[in-house]
Amino acid sequence: MAAISDVNPFVNAPAGDSAFARITDNVSRIAEVERPPRAWYIAFACALAILSIFLGSIGWVVWNGIGVWGTTMPAAWAFPIVNFVFWIGIGHAGTLISAILFLFRQTWRTAINRFAEAMTIFAVMCAGVFPGIHIGRPWLPYYMLPIPNQMDMWPQFRSPLEWDIFAVSTYATISIVFWYMGMIPDFATFRDRATTFWRRLCYGVVAMGWRGSSRQWHRYERAYLILAALATPLVLSVHSVVSFDFATSQLPGWHTTIFPPYFVAGAIFGGFGMVVMLAVPARQFFGLKRIIQIKHLEVMNKVLIATSLLVGYSYMMEFFVAWYSGNKYEAFTFVNRAFGQYAWSYWTMIACNVLFPQLHWFKAVRTNPVATLIIGMFINVGMWFERFVIICTSLTRDFLPSSWGYFIPTKIDFMTLGGSFGLFFTLFLLFCRYLPMVAMAEVKAFHPSAHAHEPDHHVEHAGQAPVGI
Amino acid sequence: MNLFVFPRWANKTRALAGMLLGGAPVYLTFLIWYGASPKTTDVGYMPQQPVPYSHALHAGQLGLDCRYCHNTVEQAAHAAIPPTATCMNCHARVWTKSEKLAPIRASLESGNPVEWIKVHDLPDYVYFNHSAHVTRGIGCVSCHGRVDQMEEVYQHEPLSMGWCLNCHRAPEKNLRPPEEVTNMAWTPPEGTDPLEYGKMLRAKNNINPPTDCSTCHR
Repeated sequence: MAAISDVNPFVNAPAGDSAFARITDNVSRIAEVERPPRAWYIAFACALAILSIFLGSIGWVVWNGIGVWGTTMPAAWAFPIVNFVFWIGIGHAGTLISAILFLFRQTWRTAINRFAEAMTIFAVMCAGVFPGIHIGRPWLPYYMLPIPNQMDMWPQFRSPLEWDIFAVSTYATISIVFWYMGMIPDFATFRDRATTFWRRLCYGVVAMGWRGSSRQWHRYERAYLILAALATPLVLSVHSVVSFDFATSQLPGWHTTIFPPYFVAGAIFGGFGMVVMLAVPARQFFGLKRIIQIKHLEVMNKVLIATSLLVGYSYMMEFFVAWYSGNKYEAFTFVNRAFGQYAWSYWTMIACNVLFPQLHWFKAVRTNPVATLIIGMFINVGMWFERFVIICTSLTRDFLPSSWGYFIPTKIDFMTLGGSFGLFFTLFLLFCRYLPMVAMAEVKAFHPSAHAHEPDHHVEHAGQAPVGI
Repeated sequence: MNLFVFPRWANKTRALAGMLLGGAPVYLTFLIWYGASPKTTDVGYMPQQPVPYSHALHAGQLGLDCRYCHNTVEQAAHAAIPPTATCMNCHARVWTKSEKLAPIRASLESGNPVEWIKVHDLPDYVYFNHSAHVTRGIGCVSCHGRVDQMEEVYQHEPLSMGWCLNCHRAPEKNLRPPEEVTNMAWTPPEGTDPLEYGKMLRAKNNINPPTDCSTCHR
């Protein structure tokens, strides 16, 4: 048993004679080393501690009922639904990267798609917890599924909350299948490099007999294309359906047609914020700088600028429509958002989502990993506040002043919110430790040495190679 | 180390895995639908009562009206279980030495009621009202079965929510004239279509059972 090393085992250059071998070594050694770097242990201990807070607070909520949260009339949705929408939104970047960018032949995606997909699945799991406990009777969630039963009860298919069930579960299923199928060739690599019986057996079983034959690759590519085509509409549909939870109600500030595109843009924005937040430490600690390069961070930061502008446009358009509609309730809601009792949260949102990301217009900022990480964090804070602003301002100041109120979260609210990050990071750190963090096979396909040309051809293709290891 | 190769028998497990993945959800749904349904778990429940009171004898052969003992059904939500004194109206004079009636006499002497065991026990979150049903013409037999032929009372119907809703959605299937509710052998008049007769009664007595949640769950 080796002691935990003070030295990061991944700082050495990857071994191997060819570029392909070096890519394999660079990714495989992360899962093969006997002891991961100390930073992994510290991070994992923190994640487990936060996870235990999460489980404890959920236990407390289940035992006592949801009254231990600050969630009460008129803010009947409050934190749990804010957190749900926040986590579901995070997932969208993974699907966008793995499906839409694949169909658009954006080869740079191969460096980041695997852990972005993992992030999607873990984010959907975190999201799924919140409606499950917010229903107050967490042992009865099957009421939401169309299962024949002795009560003759059937879900209300006219409710957007019911559409949510199908949107999110479809999304989770496709994401898991996509993620798992993409990992099969890499599992086979792990299997063939295994030095112990159990590694050989476990990776052997999950690799499902992959041998890398032409026929297997042919079918793999076909299936990948089909799954990408299936997942593509989900990028747009899932958060549209989530936005229907609000848009189909009659509350001022919710009842708007801009919600579906606005939510989708916000989801991709927040999701990419989370991807860069994970990519920066991952490439640092696991020695992946040669695969996840600065130029990949730069491309993602450009996506962040674009989506930040889309989100900012939506914020402005909401104000415009509130004025243009001539509806005094709608107008009041938006004035109240910016200058009312929750003005602090509105301006936090504007600062984090619209102002800070503009720093990425400077090349020095968007190519700096630390700045990328910090702005990614701000974006996540901002996107959480976006949902908070939408839910809490509208619910607490609706048509009737006599029913106005103010939402005050309890410490249990903060524990379930913060604790959900424990679940997310625990799963993510386990993923980093045991699963192929980068899609080795896909990265190799776009490596320059996979496209060998006559010497003079290199000139016209210069600068197109996504990965140079 | 040798390469990992699936053993040959693994080929057979593919079909098995497929059947499990495809079949398990269907199997589980039907298992719970059938196995956990009150039709399976509750119908036929027949606890042993402290006194072997025969409904077949009293309500059937002797022709006692249900309301002689369960005298609150028409006014109250609850159908009363008779006190010992009701038994003694007759048993002070008949079968005074019977061994089987010893618990009744002991109850009379001590003043402690006989601990009858509830057969038709709805969950506590269900508010069932006997008077609402009996006075509108739902016969005792519709929910309790032919009690007048039961030596010992058992649960005849599932009493599940779906079963309640069946009638609330189409009460004409079980309606009768309100004065006939305790008549266990009642049938619609000769020559009438039972359903048409029920519909006629429904219209005449203005019977519109609600099906919203708060009807039964308050």
